[in-house]
Amino acid sequence: MTTSSIHVEQAPSVQYVLRLADTALIHGQRLSEWCGHAPVLEEDIALANIALDLIGQARALLTHAGQLEGQGHDEDQLAFLREERDYRNATIVELPNGPARPGDFAFTVLRNAMMASWFRLMWERLRDSTDPELAAIAGKAVKEARYHQQHSSDWVVRLGDGTDESARRLRAALDTLWRYSAELFDSDAVDAAAAANGLGPRWDSLREPWLAEMRELFDEAKLALPADSVFRSTGKTGVHTEHMGYILADMQYLQRAYPGGAW
Amino acid sequence: MNQKQNAANQSSLNEWPLWEVFVRSKSGLDHKHCGSLHAADPQMAIQLARDVYTRRLEGCSVWVVRSDQIVASDPADKGMYFDPMEDKVYRHPTFYKLPSEVDHM
Repeated sequence: MTTSSIHVEQAPSVQYVLRLADTALIHGQRLSEWCGHAPVLEEDIALANIALDLIGQARALLTHAGQLEGQGHDEDQLAFLREERDYRNATIVELPNGPARPGDFAFTVLRNAMMASWFRLMWERLRDSTDPELAAIAGKAVKEARYHQQHSSDWVVRLGDGTDESARRLRAALDTLWRYSAELFDSDAVDAAAAANGLGPRWDSLREPWLAEMRELFDEAKLALPADSVFRSTGKTGVHTEHMGYILADMQYLQRAYPGGAW
Repeated sequence: MNQKQNAANQSSLNEWPLWEVFVRSKSGLDHKHCGSLHAADPQMAIQLARDVYTRRLEGCSVWVVRSDQIVASDPADKGMYFDPMEDKVYRHPTFYKLPSEVDHM
């Protein structure tokens, strides 16, 4: 027996919140793949903590999106029963951790550093949202994001300013990741609507502060800031890479096979 | 250099030093020893201690000390160091009554 997918409202405010929720959700899912496989025991716990923080943020945001939507969908239904094109995470977080499981550590910490900085800037601005629930979520999440940023930036510097091998691996990771960051700073009708009614900032308003933080981090890590690419990933509009299907298969199998199953 | 010293140096090249972790709880006054971890340097040791030993809101302050910096008393000297205190009851401040204004320690 299987469960039917749910379908979500396309209202801009719902989409705006889902973009944040799904980005946190899928990023948390990717990081959780490290659990039990990290290179160092303490780091295994640290990565799992970060994953849990992100999933916690996703839960709060998904619950709120369900309320905004008004169709009675709860966090679990939204997390596990949508079709691929209804997930609105930015593509960068769905990329595999590396060419083979569990992944490439340099790739993981660099992506963590890039996303933590973005999330922190976003949460700081969301504290002023006209939506009190979103502001409350942001007030809590910003502290988590600050820690994620400190933790992952520390690793980026250690690897970048480390041995020849660690620097080489970090540069390879940056080469892959940079072009996917552009999507995080494009604005469209969804965030124009959100900015207009004070729900949250336009994504392009984060570009300059984020770049400033990346420049500072890369200087210390002896990394060169890559040139911009014309490439644009499209995850936040629901058009994902070939990797998304596999993540959703992992996530959705149980709920679809045992509908309504709970711990 | 003999085999044993070689092995010790080799493992110290491949392993991060060990650190002892002390956490002070929100309501407490003292940092309590709660375990140890491996880390490359003091900054990493503090971060990892936060991740490993404060997950369940155990504390609000963390100390880390390299394990090889801790000097401990020799267990073999336990008798000599500590047994003589057993019968020196006059060293405990129990033979007078504090005025009620200050008797809240």
